[in-house]
Amino acid sequence: MYSHNNFIQTELWKGGPVPGQFYNFPGTSQDINAGNITAPGLYGSNRSSSPITTGTSVIGVKFDGGVMIAADNLVSYGSLARYQDVQRVFKINEKTIIGAGGDFADFQSLKRSIDQKMVEDMCYQDDIEMQPKSLYNWLTRILYNRRSRVNPLWLEMVVGGMQDGVPFLGHVDLRGRAYEDDVVATGFGKHFALPLVREQISEGRLLSQSEASQVLRKCMEVLYYRDCRAISKYSVAVSTAQGTIVQGPFEVNQNWQLATLVKGY
Amino acid sequence: MHKIQSFPEYQVPGAQHQDFSPYESNGGSIVAIAGEDYVVIAADTRLSSGYTIHTRKQNKLFQLSEKTVLGSTGCWCDTLALTSLVNARMQMYEHLHLKTMSTEAVAQMLSILMYNRRFFPYYVSNVLAGLDSEGKGVVYSYDPIGHCERTTYRAGGSAGTLLQPVLDNQIGGKDRDVKNKPKVPLEKAKEVAKDAFISAAERDIYTGDSVILKVITKDGITEEEVQLRKD
Amino acid sequence: MNMELVRNVPKGGFNFDNCKRNEMLLSSGFQHPKTVKTGTTIAGIIFKDGVILGADTRATEGPIVSDKNCSKIHYLAKNMYCCGAGTAADTEMTTDLIASQLEMHRLNTGRQVPVVAANTLLKQFLFRYQGHISAALVLGGVDKTGSYIYCIHPHGSTDKLPYATMGSGSLAAMSVFESRWKPDMTEEEGKLLVRDAIAAGVFNDLGSGSNIDLCVIRKDSVDYLRNYELANLKGKRHGDYRFKPGTTELVGKEEIIEVVPFEAFHKKLYGDETAEAMEVGA
Repeated sequence: MYSHNNFIQTELWKGGPVPGQFYNFPGTSQDINAGNITAPGLYGSNRSSSPITTGTSVIGVKFDGGVMIAADNLVSYGSLARYQDVQRVFKINEKTIIGAGGDFADFQSLKRSIDQKMVEDMCYQDDIEMQPKSLYNWLTRILYNRRSRVNPLWLEMVVGGMQDGVPFLGHVDLRGRAYEDDVVATGFGKHFALPLVREQISEGRLLSQSEASQVLRKCMEVLYYRDCRAISKYSVAVSTAQGTIVQGPFEVNQNWQLATLVKGY
Repeated sequence: MHKIQSFPEYQVPGAQHQDFSPYESNGGSIVAIAGEDYVVIAADTRLSSGYTIHTRKQNKLFQLSEKTVLGSTGCWCDTLALTSLVNARMQMYEHLHLKTMSTEAVAQMLSILMYNRRFFPYYVSNVLAGLDSEGKGVVYSYDPIGHCERTTYRAGGSAGTLLQPVLDNQIGGKDRDVKNKPKVPLEKAKEVAKDAFISAAERDIYTGDSVILKVITKDGITEEEVQLRKD
Repeated sequence: MNMELVRNVPKGGFNFDNCKRNEMLLSSGFQHPKTVKTGTTIAGIIFKDGVILGADTRATEGPIVSDKNCSKIHYLAKNMYCCGAGTAADTEMTTDLIASQLEMHRLNTGRQVPVVAANTLLKQFLFRYQGHISAALVLGGVDKTGSYIYCIHPHGSTDKLPYATMGSGSLAAMSVFESRWKPDMTEEEGKLLVRDAIAAGVFNDLGSGSNIDLCVIRKDSVDYLRNYELANLKGKRHGDYRFKPGTTELVGKEEIIEVVPFEAFHKKLYGDETAEAMEVGA
């Protein structure tokens, strides 16, 4: 009898999201377009299940008063060292820097969105800039969303900068796996650079800025020797309280004295 | 219905095909022990995959309220997604009902959120620890698709199978007569939790670096960190 | 009678009798048992007066540590040692076998066997088995002609190098060598470098761990430094886990021990069916 009376019986959790979804506030559009990016076409959908043009390792290190991110200037096309003068580390704004490895096309498309965000930030003229942690978290959600559609952005990125005046350094990958640390690396850098830097930062001690740039130089040298997809030219993005800057390209120190000692098998 | 046509695969020279799996195992273990008026929950801080350690200081315990802590390991990206969803839903609850979600409610919600992804699960091992509405310690453990079980102690994650029998013996008193079952004081629970991790780090390669231990009582939550093997 | 016995004496070499059967079992979903792997860091360098070999001491079975202090630097001859990575049984058997062949060669020729001979024996042996013997080796030794480090891969390819690393921690160890190795190091410098290379593997590679073994081989002396450094000490437990007597209650009050013959017991359970019939059934 009362079941038709709207005053008495209201729907439980009315207008609320179904489990696993968020509440849509009035005035905001429903997520009707969310599926479009990866919606299947007439004959099914094609997914980039493999990277094409790729960048190799990125290494990030915290030091007392800032963060540094280094990557070489190569973008490979398979085993071809195709583009040898490309920047893979970037200044996003005065507080944030980023470095990217993996599919470079995916990164460039993502970078467009980030740059658009920076333009929007600027338009407000309120001197509020995006901080590194916000970008880091945003990337996490973008990448996780794409991996959940089994259509990942094939990227492994290092985000750094100054978060409320304190150095911040984080790592995000194609699945949306994210973590912060005093030193992070991607690709081959995980195997070659991390041991070298971890050796330097004994429990709790942070490097000075010059120590940090020295250890990065050493890492880039070792990677050049041992990673087939690395070249000897690299750039470094630095973020301190004074702002951010991209330095380089630098040339690694090379020593081939050893070659004369290797004879026979 | 369109007939699905098969087009030739256009091979791009130089491109290597790599299979993508949305899942990855990132290791880590959790132990939770509940008592009359407390609950202890501990997790190690190693985040890894394959044979590499990504970071040695990843906290895997998420404080959801003054009375509830969630420990979550497995596929780290799923842990991040799930815990931020839980946080968002708890905030919504708070605004809607003007009170904090009880541990029982969180436990039920977590089960529903996980079952919502029944056919594309959150690949995580969850252990929820908290004080119930009567102030008693309680532990909830989950499987990846939302099966929920209320217990008094639980080990989960990569060394879960190694640690559960230790807890069965030391906390559950499974080798003892019902009359002789020990009441577990807080100090004993903390001791067993720490020692369990020290032992797990000896034999499980995905457990190590350090263990973070949270103790929830009516007076609040305290935190403690113990160093483990780094190899 | 004697013929029956003789027939069962195995011939030398590997036995391939069950290959076909195992193939069939595997294809029908059988999981074969895990082998002990030494997901390892091993390394070797040439220094001024000889060579230094190094190894960690962890052996694993999947994600579980099966031996916390195993020995991965194997004896080949008085002037030669060999670090092994890969399947534990393969590295041990291979080095043992080659060690005995080297000793025979020494007795036959009446001279110290050169390191290159060990390298050739090992690579030819491994090549014969097309990589199925998963032994990745770092061979080091000193002979009349000088000091040598050889890197031997499971398929039989080899490398003669002034410094080499192998195993799952090889990248971590190599990063140390690539940044700090130089020609003609002193013994102290060399030991420190190899220690650091192994330590890089121990702390950064999950397949490697526990302690660091070194082996210094000079022109006419060897220092086998087993557990040169205990890089990881076992954690101190806080509690006492010895059980007090009487922890587990005795259920029965009286001691009733009755010996029941199997046939009678079986008959009680299954009636008149014979034991054999049960075994064959279904």
